[in-house]
Amino acid sequence: MTATLTRKAGAPPRDRRGAARRARRRGPSAYAVLVALVALAGVMLLPFVVVVFNALKTPQEYSSNGPLSPPDGFHLDGVRQFWERVDFGHVLLNSAIVSGSVAVLAVLLSVLNAYALGIGRIKGRMWVLALLLLANTLPQEALVYPLYYMAKQVGLYDTRISVIIVFTVIQSAFGTYLLSSVMAAFPRPLLEAARIDGAGRWQVLWRVVVPVVRPTLSVLLVFFFVWTWNEFLIPMVFLISNENQTVSVALGVLQGQRLMDATMSSAASLLGLLPTVAFFLIFQRTLARGLTAGAIK
Amino acid sequence: MTTPGRGRSREQWGYLPYLLPGLLLFTAVIGVPFLMNIGTSFTEWTGVGAPEWIGLGNYRELVRDGEFWASFRHNVLIIFGMAIVPTMIGLVLAAALTDLVDRHFGPRTASVLRACVYLPQVLPVVIAGVVWSWLLAPENGAVNALLDAVGLGSLAHDWLGDPATALWSVVGVMVWMQIGFPLVIFMSGLQRVDPSLYEAAEIDGASWGRRFRHVTVPQIRPEIFVVLLWTTIAALKAFPQIFVLTKGGPGGATNVPSYYSWVNFFEKSDVGYGSAIATVLTLVILALTVVFLRLQARDLEEGR
Repeated sequence: MTATLTRKAGAPPRDRRGAARRARRRGPSAYAVLVALVALAGVMLLPFVVVVFNALKTPQEYSSNGPLSPPDGFHLDGVRQFWERVDFGHVLLNSAIVSGSVAVLAVLLSVLNAYALGIGRIKGRMWVLALLLLANTLPQEALVYPLYYMAKQVGLYDTRISVIIVFTVIQSAFGTYLLSSVMAAFPRPLLEAARIDGAGRWQVLWRVVVPVVRPTLSVLLVFFFVWTWNEFLIPMVFLISNENQTVSVALGVLQGQRLMDATMSSAASLLGLLPTVAFFLIFQRTLARGLTAGAIK
Repeated sequence: MTTPGRGRSREQWGYLPYLLPGLLLFTAVIGVPFLMNIGTSFTEWTGVGAPEWIGLGNYRELVRDGEFWASFRHNVLIIFGMAIVPTMIGLVLAAALTDLVDRHFGPRTASVLRACVYLPQVLPVVIAGVVWSWLLAPENGAVNALLDAVGLGSLAHDWLGDPATALWSVVGVMVWMQIGFPLVIFMSGLQRVDPSLYEAAEIDGASWGRRFRHVTVPQIRPEIFVVLLWTTIAALKAFPQIFVLTKGGPGGATNVPSYYSWVNFFEKSDVGYGSAIATVLTLVILALTVVFLRLQARDLEEGR
């Protein structure tokens, strides 16, 4: 989570010192450590390899050769069957709609809150920030039943909108907290100059503040998207009907019912992990760029 | 702006409208449900009709409930698997990758290895759970097949179905999922450390173990605190892992408070009791956060 945020932040290029000097010191113990680390990396990756292998097998192949052998061809039947059974395209779309809306709305809400707290320095903002910190550590288990009850009362139960509202607020608790501290450090002369030029608060927000903090906003956008994509408890409780379910909910519920055979499980695993691995590859660049841009400022 | 005090407060009121939507939404989605949950924990309620006030009845029942205490004991082990072990492994790995691999084999090797260890972190917990419950399946599961292949077939086992191994298997899966997180945090923290510090220590003949203890660990203490707090809290919210891997079974062997509260809410319709469990869980998390923040503050002061 925060991991991806910090990963590439300002890695100094410290490989310039002579390669020869480096090579001279490579003792046998350094090689032993390298071998051990490569072995560990292999163990970490093994489950991914096994999933891909078996998702490409026919059930017959699986039962005769076991789970460890490589597939003897490229059979997508298992994947196709699973796709159709859960209507995976639709599930994928639900996840994208929910996560995308939450990301945009939560960033918007965070910006508005943080503008009042960080730049407006409203009275009692320390209390608000302390409450937000608490809200961030709060377990969803303590909110889920009342939310479920309230959603039923107002007729929003089993709608994607209910999940979008809930996570917009939950994610923006973190966003507000982070953005408030970013905006509190905003250069005051810039604000005053804009005010003297006759810009109102609304214009200052969109023309001066938002452009400067944009790198942080794009990082938040990515995080909110991925975090919401991965959520399980509240979406599972809220989204009962198949046509509203997200990827995590659909797979989790199916797994909970213990109805999947081996090939189907591996097909499900493959389809479940492909989007997130794709995000990882796409967003890694965005995040690195966003952070370096932020650092220059 | 003649009187700065009055001007300032009028200035502040102007920002209030920006806070209003957030304030209203927070009250509705977090504030009210949070108080409602505490409220229902003092009642007997099935979720329909009017809740019946029973004061501390649920909490008295909790104290006597062996299943509840067992669930907390299981959670201690899960904290071990999700917070303590990954932090320790992450520290050693981060030090090895920064101090040895990066300097002796180049930063590219180090970052490829880091990415491999990090990869499980990008999976949604549910997907990781689906993957592992299939890998650990008793019939034809990959783990048992692997044991067979290396001649350890006698160890083959119904890993998640046997009460003796279920919790340990869950902990093992969590270690796999979790070690990437401390690793990348610690490695980025170590970027702050001047590499000449390591080189000087190496020239002075400091062994790797000594460099680890006297250079690596002291330099990234702040990161260690943050990672431990974050992962410990995450371990107390381990609902999806348990739901997908074991559903708290077999026979409650992997039950944890977060799952136990869900069971009471949605399977037993004992909402009051579920709320009491969730309230206790919240208190534990808040207490942990306060303790951690205190420790961190004290540590920072001593460091100065």
